[in-house]
Amino acid sequence: MENVIIVRFGEINLKGKNKRFFEGKLIKHIRFQLKEFIDTEIYQEYSRLYIRSRKEDQGKIIEKVRKVFGIVSLSTAVSIPSDINAIRKASFELMKERFDKEAFKTFRVTTKRANKKFPMPSMEVSSDVGGFVLKSFNGELSVDVHQPDVTLIVEIRQKTYITCDHFPAYGGLPLETNGSALLLLSGGIDSPVAGWMMGKRGVKVHAVHFHSYPFTSERAQEKILDLARELQNYIGEFMIFNVNLLKIQKAINEECPDEEMTIHSRRFMTRIAEKIAKRYELQALITGDNIGQVASQTMESLQVVSEVASIPIFRPLIAYDKQDIIKVAKEINTYEISIQPFEDCCSVFLPKKPLTRPRLNNIVESEQHLDVEGLVTEAIEDMEIMKLTFNQE
Amino acid sequence: MEIYLDNAATTKPLHNVMKRLEKEAFSAYGNPSSLHRKGLETEKKIKEARRNIAREINGKYNDIYFTSGGTESNNLALIGFFTKNFKSIKPFRCVTLKTEHKSILKSMDHILSKGANVQYVHVDKNGLIDLVNLEMLLKEGVDLLSVSHVNNETGVIQPIEKIGKLFKKYYSAGYFHVDGVQSFCKIPLNVMDAKIDALSISAHKIHGLKGTGVLYLRDKNKVNPLFFGGAQEGEVRPGTENFPGIIGLDAALKELGKSYSSYYKEVADKKRYFMENILETIDHVSVNGIAGESGSPYILNLSFLGVKSEVLLHSLESDGIYVSSGSACNAKKSDRSHVLEAMNLNDHRIDSAIRFSFSPFTTYEELDETVEVLRNHVESLRRIMMR
Repeated sequence: MENVIIVRFGEINLKGKNKRFFEGKLIKHIRFQLKEFIDTEIYQEYSRLYIRSRKEDQGKIIEKVRKVFGIVSLSTAVSIPSDINAIRKASFELMKERFDKEAFKTFRVTTKRANKKFPMPSMEVSSDVGGFVLKSFNGELSVDVHQPDVTLIVEIRQKTYITCDHFPAYGGLPLETNGSALLLLSGGIDSPVAGWMMGKRGVKVHAVHFHSYPFTSERAQEKILDLARELQNYIGEFMIFNVNLLKIQKAINEECPDEEMTIHSRRFMTRIAEKIAKRYELQALITGDNIGQVASQTMESLQVVSEVASIPIFRPLIAYDKQDIIKVAKEINTYEISIQPFEDCCSVFLPKKPLTRPRLNNIVESEQHLDVEGLVTEAIEDMEIMKLTFNQE
Repeated sequence: MEIYLDNAATTKPLHNVMKRLEKEAFSAYGNPSSLHRKGLETEKKIKEARRNIAREINGKYNDIYFTSGGTESNNLALIGFFTKNFKSIKPFRCVTLKTEHKSILKSMDHILSKGANVQYVHVDKNGLIDLVNLEMLLKEGVDLLSVSHVNNETGVIQPIEKIGKLFKKYYSAGYFHVDGVQSFCKIPLNVMDAKIDALSISAHKIHGLKGTGVLYLRDKNKVNPLFFGGAQEGEVRPGTENFPGIIGLDAALKELGKSYSSYYKEVADKKRYFMENILETIDHVSVNGIAGESGSPYILNLSFLGVKSEVLLHSLESDGIYVSSGSACNAKKSDRSHVLEAMNLNDHRIDSAIRFSFSPFTTYEELDETVEVLRNHVESLRRIMMR
């Protein structure tokens, strides 16, 4: 008998000829998460992955591997020879173990017989094993085929796998299977979620962060690192480009109308982000924009900002309600960090009455007073590059 | 270059503190509660530290209790006294100042929520206690009075001896607590003369280590402990003693205590020099609190009108100069200094307040450099912020 973790993946199975490529990436990312555990092994059987490990590590491994995109769900299982006596015995032991952890009342057995050489049909195995478990529990359990507390699954393949638990994962596609993009990461709630969502679709994400030190605190940058460390659990190693926007903000402040401050800043951020993306061969930008949330996220503002970029800008949260964004942020552990008070944008520059319906002509007109090229180039020259590597606790 | 002018927040440990630690941590590692010789060795050193601290404030050595710092000492002094006596004293009347440290104000809030009555003595625009108002409250009856010797934000020195005598004139059984965190080893204080029942002290404000404090308690039977456990510290504060912290405090005291009146004068001269220099070179600067005799030479609080203090703080930091600010940048009302608010300063003044705090090791060169950097930043920030 062997303890394994069953790894199920969904969408990858639809990939036809490219399937091997996707599976390869998936295995690579799983392997990464397993680095700290000794005596582990990944093996593949048909469209399934199995992780062999020490039993006492299984809980921790599931917690880590759950975060690998492309996986739909995980279960702990025992693998045994395909023999009815062995199946009966192992089924009872597994149920007993589960029962001792948390008492439950009802169960059912589901059998999947992939190995048609096995002499008993599925239905028969289910009722046989069900009967054996029922008897062995001596009246403590009863069968409920419609809404059982626990489903015992018997999968008869070359070997037989028995499991009675189920841990949902996030689905999506394995990282690095869908190009790369640069995330505009602020200290807020939205942008980490936007990055996570694109990562979930297999996009390799790097981040650019804009700050106005010394008008803002170094703690704002520490907050970015904290957010990045959480994101890293999902999207792996990535680079953070730290760009100081202060000089640009000062120039805008001096040369442009007060109410245009935010829109000009955003145009500069987009220009800088695009330049960095191109330099590092990243194919798109990602922002946490959400239509209508604040003045700079009106349709007009988004249009005036997007206009400066020639690569796509993805805004995965555009139609989300705040509550739904918060839900994801809590799930991925960034929420508590995001709500810390350190701001990356200094309130000194916040216009009293920001423009909500900017007109491109006017904005371009005001920009004439600025040395746009020079400012952008200088900001990029002075930026700080941090590479977050995986150093897990 | 690094110029550290935030010594009221914490100080850099002295060399001889670290040397002493290195020497003793490996030899005197026994638990003072152990019955064997190894324990006794440690116990003796702690007793020695107790004696030295007691001598400094003119108290008795067995009235010295070690804690984890100023906050714990303040909590123990106030909440400990309340829990011991609230059943026998009714109504339980407490008086303090709105300008006190948060560890005092929050402890007062706590005992208020448990049924005590808390009142605040008025302070004037400089943050000095209004003795007439105090006397009025004392006449009505006060069981617990808590006043800090030196205010941590403005450096204002309260006339502790006068206050203690006045309090005891009206009610000799009253309990007088003094927060001495910013004054210990800097400004003389005699617990007998000032009729102090409890005095809080912290090691890291005088170049010792963080995590070590003292509560002087004239009568330990007047308080209940906050923690429960062994018989350490007369059961006022159970738990194995923080030997490294205590030894560090003792070493710091040894070096600073012996020449503290000469340090006082030196630091006072430097503060005056620094302040006059700033007032001469930079316009629209106002002094918060008192610049002269009733202000601690170790603290100077100035408002640079028109400049948001946190931005100035980070600008100075970018040049290696470290100070504190009177408010945080997100400028919600709750982030403003409660001390300056209690002094009724206007918002402009509070939002632009910077605290410089000195140590005996601050040099004239550092101060000159700071004035120069300060002038540049204030000028350029005003150009942006006053637009």
